[in-house]
Amino acid sequence: MQYLLMLYANENGWSQMTPAEQEQGVAAYGAYTQALKTAGVLVGSNRLQDSVTATTVHVADGKSQVLDGPYVDSKEQLGGYYLIDVPDLDAALAWTARCPGASHGTIEVRPVWSM
Amino acid sequence: MDSAAQARSTADAVARRSYGKLVAFLAAAMRDVAAAEDALSEAFAAALADWPLNGCPANPEAWLLTVARRKGIDGIRRRRSGEAAAVQLQILAELDEAASAVMDDAAIPDQRLALLFACAHPAIDAGIRAPLMLQAVLGLDAKTIASAFLVSPDAMGKRLGRAKQKIRQAGIRFAIPARDELAGRLDGVLDAIYAAFAEGWSDPGGTDVIRRDLTAEALFLAGLVAGLLPQEPEALGLLACMLHAEARRRARRHANGDYVPLAEQDVALWDATMIDEAEALLLRASALGRIGRYQLEAALQSAHVERRRSGRTDWTPEVQIYDALLALSGSPVVALNRALAIAELQGPRAALEIVDALAADGRLVDYQPYWAARAALLARTGAYPEARAAFDIAIGLAGDPAVRRFLQGRQAVLPRCVEK
Repeated sequence: MQYLLMLYANENGWSQMTPAEQEQGVAAYGAYTQALKTAGVLVGSNRLQDSVTATTVHVADGKSQVLDGPYVDSKEQLGGYYLIDVPDLDAALAWTARCPGASHGTIEVRPVWSM
Repeated sequence: MDSAAQARSTADAVARRSYGKLVAFLAAAMRDVAAAEDALSEAFAAALADWPLNGCPANPEAWLLTVARRKGIDGIRRRRSGEAAAVQLQILAELDEAASAVMDDAAIPDQRLALLFACAHPAIDAGIRAPLMLQAVLGLDAKTIASAFLVSPDAMGKRLGRAKQKIRQAGIRFAIPARDELAGRLDGVLDAIYAAFAEGWSDPGGTDVIRRDLTAEALFLAGLVAGLLPQEPEALGLLACMLHAEARRRARRHANGDYVPLAEQDVALWDATMIDEAEALLLRASALGRIGRYQLEAALQSAHVERRRSGRTDWTPEVQIYDALLALSGSPVVALNRALAIAELQGPRAALEIVDALAADGRLVDYQPYWAARAALLARTGAYPEARAAFDIAIGLAGDPAVRRFLQGRQAVLPRCVEK
């Protein structure tokens, strides 16, 4: 089954880190990604640009509304995702707990609607 | 304090003091964990309504049991249609008799051990035994248990419900097994307690309140079993093993939260009282003359205590204990730790041969300590690129940020090779 791990974190945290801490952080994510690959469970993953780069679109009555900024304006923002393929929720949660994002933010785990 | 606050504080005190005894007594009488929990929680609710008006009873435990028994009987009557009436009526009679006995001498027979044996019955799925014990004997809610075991609260609630249904429907006995099968059945109980402890242990910083509590709860259960079965060496061994581990809790983290491996821990931070208690337990266990897994695990911990006295660890007995433990369990984790002890005696190359052979065991592929151990051994032989790669895997598998930082630090100090 596929699960989407959505990584929410305070975006200001990153800019407040020293270059050495940032390097360590990136390396931790790199190692985690590699571990997912080695286990053969990684389907896809990306880090997103900060939410100030976000644009939202909504179409109502044939008219499109385009707004600057993220859909939900909160301190913790979606900063990236992992899409993994594992046997069940327990396995997904075990991988989630290992993600560096679980220590410095919060991760929402959602099963993918299989077509 | 007003009467409502007085009632609440009395009820809280009773819950802390007697929840396990009350629920175990009711469950054994009703042969049904879920019904006992329901009856008891209804009794607590009734207490909070009644006590502020009529005052707290002199013996709140007896009051709660009387009400819980009545609620339990109501519950059985409601469900009677679906199940054999004869069995139900017999249970009703036994429940009446049992509860009236309590009213006479105001003492609750301790059925907690019987309840633990029911929770760890071979017919119950091994993975749910520890959660079931934590809920049934200690009253922890499904949400708390789910967080500690890294399972969704909904799924944990369902699994607990199924396990309790199984206890009732399969007619699992609430009793301490007979002499000839006691040791075998006791293993199940001890394994489940150790599993609960290990979940708590994965948070040595104690920053996660739920997990830290789980360690204390597991220690309580181990103490309970050791106290009620003082002639069972493995029960004493488990408690000794857990006390040894708990004694080192403070030393496992620097003040800034960084992880400290066992070999580098400041022995002055180890809790001497707990260590002494563990050593005394282990001595009593070995006098009973039946060796087992938990006594060996405790003996391993005990060997490290030598460093507190002499400043160094003697690895020869350490390896011998691992040999015995490996013969007993065949566990790849034991084999890995044995290899690390061998590295101290014979050097990293001898250990790496064993570790290489262990790679064939698929169970270690996702096991972070395996890759950390491998990386450390490779570094000691000067195979830096291989060590760096193994550290990468260990870092990727680490769930504890402090451990992750520690591994990254070890990786960073590896001498750099000439870049191509």
